[in-house]
Amino acid sequence: MKFTSLLASAAVALGLATGAVAEDKTKVGFVFVGPVGDGGWTYEHNKGRLAVEEEFGDKVETVFVESVPEGPDAERVMTQMALEGADLIFTTSFGYMDPTINVAKKFPDVKFEHATGYKTADNVSVYSARFYEGRAVQGHIAGKMTKSNTIGYIGSYPIPEVIRGINSAYIHAKKVNPDVEFKIVWAYTWFDPAKEADAASVLIEQGADVILQHTDSTAPQAAAQEAGNVITFGQASDMSEYAPMPRVSSIIDNWAPYYIARTQAVMDGSWETVNTWDGIAQGMVEIGEISDAVPADVKEEALAMKAAMADGSYHAFTGPLKKQDGSDWLAEGETADDGTLAGMNFYVEGLEGEIPQ
Amino acid sequence: MLEKRPQPSKAWSYATPLVAVLATMLFGGVLFAILGKNPIEAIGTIFWDPLFGEFSFYYRPQLLVKGAPLVLIAIGLSLGFRAGIWNIGAEGQYIMGAIFGAGAGLAFYPLDAWYIFPIMVIAGAFGGWIWATIPAFLKVRFGTNEILVSLMLVYVAEQMLASVSLGLLKNPEGFGFPGSRNFQSYDSGHNAELIAGSGMHWGVVAAFIAVIFAYVLLNRHILGFHIRLTGEAPRAAKFAGVNPARLILFCLGLSGALAGLAGMFEVSGPSGVVSIDFNVGYGFTAIIVAFLGRLHPVGILLAGGLMALTYIGGEIAQSQLGLPAAAIQVFQGMLLFFLLAFDLLTNYRIRAARSEVA
Amino acid sequence: MDLSEINPVLLVASLMVAATPLLLAAIGELVVEKAGVLNLGVEGMMIVGAISGFAISVETGSPWLGFIAAAIGGAVLSLLFVLLTQFALANQVASGLALTLFGLGFSALMGQSYVGVKPPSMGEIHIPIISDIPVIGPVLFQHDPILYLGIALTAAVWAVLKYTRVGLILRAVGENHDAAHALGYKVIKIRIMAILFGGACAGLGGAYISLIRVPQWTEGMTAGVGWIALALVVFASWKPWRALLGAYLFGGITVLQLNLQAAGVAIPVEYLAMSPYIITILVLVILSADKSSAPASLGRIFHASH
Repeated sequence: MKFTSLLASAAVALGLATGAVAEDKTKVGFVFVGPVGDGGWTYEHNKGRLAVEEEFGDKVETVFVESVPEGPDAERVMTQMALEGADLIFTTSFGYMDPTINVAKKFPDVKFEHATGYKTADNVSVYSARFYEGRAVQGHIAGKMTKSNTIGYIGSYPIPEVIRGINSAYIHAKKVNPDVEFKIVWAYTWFDPAKEADAASVLIEQGADVILQHTDSTAPQAAAQEAGNVITFGQASDMSEYAPMPRVSSIIDNWAPYYIARTQAVMDGSWETVNTWDGIAQGMVEIGEISDAVPADVKEEALAMKAAMADGSYHAFTGPLKKQDGSDWLAEGETADDGTLAGMNFYVEGLEGEIPQ
Repeated sequence: MLEKRPQPSKAWSYATPLVAVLATMLFGGVLFAILGKNPIEAIGTIFWDPLFGEFSFYYRPQLLVKGAPLVLIAIGLSLGFRAGIWNIGAEGQYIMGAIFGAGAGLAFYPLDAWYIFPIMVIAGAFGGWIWATIPAFLKVRFGTNEILVSLMLVYVAEQMLASVSLGLLKNPEGFGFPGSRNFQSYDSGHNAELIAGSGMHWGVVAAFIAVIFAYVLLNRHILGFHIRLTGEAPRAAKFAGVNPARLILFCLGLSGALAGLAGMFEVSGPSGVVSIDFNVGYGFTAIIVAFLGRLHPVGILLAGGLMALTYIGGEIAQSQLGLPAAAIQVFQGMLLFFLLAFDLLTNYRIRAARSEVA
Repeated sequence: MDLSEINPVLLVASLMVAATPLLLAAIGELVVEKAGVLNLGVEGMMIVGAISGFAISVETGSPWLGFIAAAIGGAVLSLLFVLLTQFALANQVASGLALTLFGLGFSALMGQSYVGVKPPSMGEIHIPIISDIPVIGPVLFQHDPILYLGIALTAAVWAVLKYTRVGLILRAVGENHDAAHALGYKVIKIRIMAILFGGACAGLGGAYISLIRVPQWTEGMTAGVGWIALALVVFASWKPWRALLGAYLFGGITVLQLNLQAAGVAIPVEYLAMSPYIITILVLVILSADKSSAPASLGRIFHASH
């Protein structure tokens, strides 16, 4: 007997054996890349998992494994969940892409949802959030509020996700403040609070009075608070413990609505492969409370922009826009297509420095 | 009162691992009970399920996949450790092996030829070797401490890995996302399972060969004798004509090459891609495996299997019982503590202390 | 690129902050190694100190109590190392690694309810007048108390090792434990004290990260500082002042590379990011002319046969 068919038949056998019980209990698995206590990326995904439990109560059983390295370990954890009768598995890191596809091939009856990737299959959907919409709001507030006209940006690694955020923030800061300048520091780590703290203080020392971060710890917030007159934005989670100053607003990843909807779809039997890229409109990206440190008119404008993106009347990347090298990218009124955005590997005109390659 | 045995006790050296595992089960059980889980169920899940549980047909091969890199690296390290040469940077050599091996393979893409995989093997071993030879050379030439240099080079290698994942080796068809092409879909460079579903890939074969090789080297070959002599009696070694510089270059170089091979087999097989987070700590865990196996080739083989078992069993316990990953880590820590602590009984005898009244 | 944007005064001030956790942990480990014991569990003791300090200061509202708790937490974890290496006579390298594994897991378990909590702030010591002196003021007189504690500890360890009987005995134990034993010194007892001291210092270093540097609690937040601290001891050739220098050098290069990035220097970022490690290796090679070597009994097991 071939291995894949052995696996499949085991899954089928299990499905049959536990069918009576599984009738009213849907099993949902989550594979996390960090610990649920990371206070950022995985923490928010786990909140989504808890929301699923709360929504469906006894009708659902959720399981998770945390701190799963990308690669063969992830593949094993997914296989294990599928073997144990999971109906739906969320894999919440880009590096899980190929393992997810591999495992999905072996378990055609199990549904898989991969976060932030681009490979789909009959039983694999992908989902991600348009964080850049939130970045647009941040850029607007930052451009209005900076006095030194210097905005510091802490990036993790130069990947499309991060570059998109930088561009979006820059475009909107520039729009309201033509003199604005971005200082970008790459930490070259996903997680090192001490290094993030260093990066934030360095940016502040070099004159930045707004810090935007694409790393998950609150270290930059603390550095800003210590420095005084510097504003920051919460990343991934609300970080409201630093409100009203330095944290004047935040981007919150809210996975709960999506997780609940997809679990419901599996229960109804209406699950289909989708390629979801949701933003403010669908509630996947939330803008945290804009604090009183922001002048009322700026707050109003920011909220108006948020509303315009929510009802679809405004796109964060609307022409005319040029690339950094001066070549044309978007004509007047033209909006960026998702393909270009997904793989974005260039700065827009006006940003200084090169993207590390 | 402790009394040193004239010779390590044979009986205890076999019995202590069992005693240690039992003690870990006992204390681990208490920990799991504190966390509100059924201790018997939890321990059964960790130790029993991967080997004999319902889905053991899947987990047993996975033990090979998880254990092979650990054993391969630990064997190399153990030779150096025996001679008092401390390579702490196997993680970096593992990464460089993966980068060199994958780089060599991808340079040929999409050519289809039988010689590509062997070239990758050589390149991988070379990558690890060169990375380990840096601390070896600096030690021989300048007397710098190899612990420090090899450890620093781990961090350098991690930056290199990030750099090539984002640049040189980035998949041109990957829509700008980091990470290389996947070797699982490039047959000439794919380190596939030799028998589907068995978990046996070339890395596992290499690990077994390394165990045999190390055993023969240590017991039958003059070089093995020199290694043991240098570790146990450095001055005697000098009189016996051991050339310390050559020994350092050999031990560090070999451990680097084996770590590089482990990285190369991993990247071309189970993992498939070079990515920023490709390394998962095998190089550091292998140090523990080497000591758990008492620096003996067969011991290392068993220790590698045991570590792999706790990893896989731990994952099952997480998803089935909701144990946090941290609890599994603590459990592994306990297992190491007890294994180390009970080693005492192998080398020492406990006698009732007599009160000295005179 | 505009190098004039880098303010050297602020650079020095912030590298002192970046170096302090390293320094605290390294000074502790230095004493341990001087006593002839190699404890590779620094990372584990640091992270346990980080959570102990964080939890206690959140519960009591006092960062000072937090730091005391961190020292105790680190020392308690090092007791495990004492049991293994001094009583069960286990291999020190493996015991230290086990300690790190255990500490990382244990701290994560303890810290589960402290994610997303903000600790009370310690504040800086602003000595009037002298802290306002240009250049020297911000560099020397505007820091938190623990940073000064780190420097004071360095001085104390140096003085004790060099001038006191305790230091002499400690070094004797580290150089030749059999001879020290023959002279009637209690080798095991002295080593236990040294290991506990090392644990307490590592705990303080960890708490400096979780209470002052970052300040927050997240799992695994020490992110390898303990390993660098270990390297630093070797780098310093077991000399306290050189450990201070090494900590500042390492912290300095890290801060400097971020400064260069922010100033837009056109060196590829990945090379800047790896520069602290490469420069450490280079300095090591240069310093290798200094032949002062490790304590002779370092890492060897002591068992009194009578």
